[in-house]
Amino acid sequence: MRYELKLYCEKSRLAELRSFISEVLVPAQLNAISQNQLILAVEEVCANLIIHSHQCNPQRYILLTIHLLTDRVIFEIKDSGKAFNIIEYKSPEINAVVKEKRKGGLGLLLVRKIMDKIEFETDASFNTCRLIKKLKSK
Amino acid sequence: MLSINKAADRDHLIIELNGEVDASNSVELDEVIQQALSEDSNKILVDGRKLEYISSAGLGVFMSYLEDFQEKNVSFVIFGLNEKVLNVFHILGLDQLIRIRQTQEEAEQALYEV
Repeated sequence: MRYELKLYCEKSRLAELRSFISEVLVPAQLNAISQNQLILAVEEVCANLIIHSHQCNPQRYILLTIHLLTDRVIFEIKDSGKAFNIIEYKSPEINAVVKEKRKGGLGLLLVRKIMDKIEFETDASFNTCRLIKKLKSK
Repeated sequence: MLSINKAADRDHLIIELNGEVDASNSVELDEVIQQALSEDSNKILVDGRKLEYISSAGLGVFMSYLEDFQEKNVSFVIFGLNEKVLNVFHILGLDQLIRIRQTQEEAEQALYEV
């Protein structure tokens, strides 16, 4: 199954994003922890785009497409802001975050730990980030 | 939605988190901790029993004060996290850096340990 959400670039819409993903994932019958991890990883990528690539401009939007397959789920996140290559981005060390009293930098580290595969591509009109998670067969 | 309640009990401050912490409201959590530090609270308890969700924005707030807690000798303990929220701390190994307890009683014990 394929599901789509047009998410406008406001931080206040993150709650709407979470409820959308949680409804889409119902048929996958994930346990509460796994479901929360997937919601979190997608939110981290979207929050990052909303804040850093689109400066919370509510006129702009991100397109999330979820492909729910039997053996995996693919979250495809498209935007047309300045390309942010999640694969090339180096996450900071946790110790450095503490030492520098940084409030950011942990999000993409979470995404990497949660997802099985991350893909990124960009062309003239869109940046596409794909987060892939294998689902355990029942 | 997030609501934050503060209460004083003996020598410690209890910060109760109710709802979801994400990038839209983590600044509220930041302000409460900042204020506690400026009021020289040296024992801070975070009641996470009603915390339904936390993203990196919320984790980042806690992380950014760990150095201050150490410098100012502030004892800081979080308790009552549900399994989903606790798991998010575990993914990054933050439970190694922040004291997290199951019950309020255990948390108070840890708070008053020398």
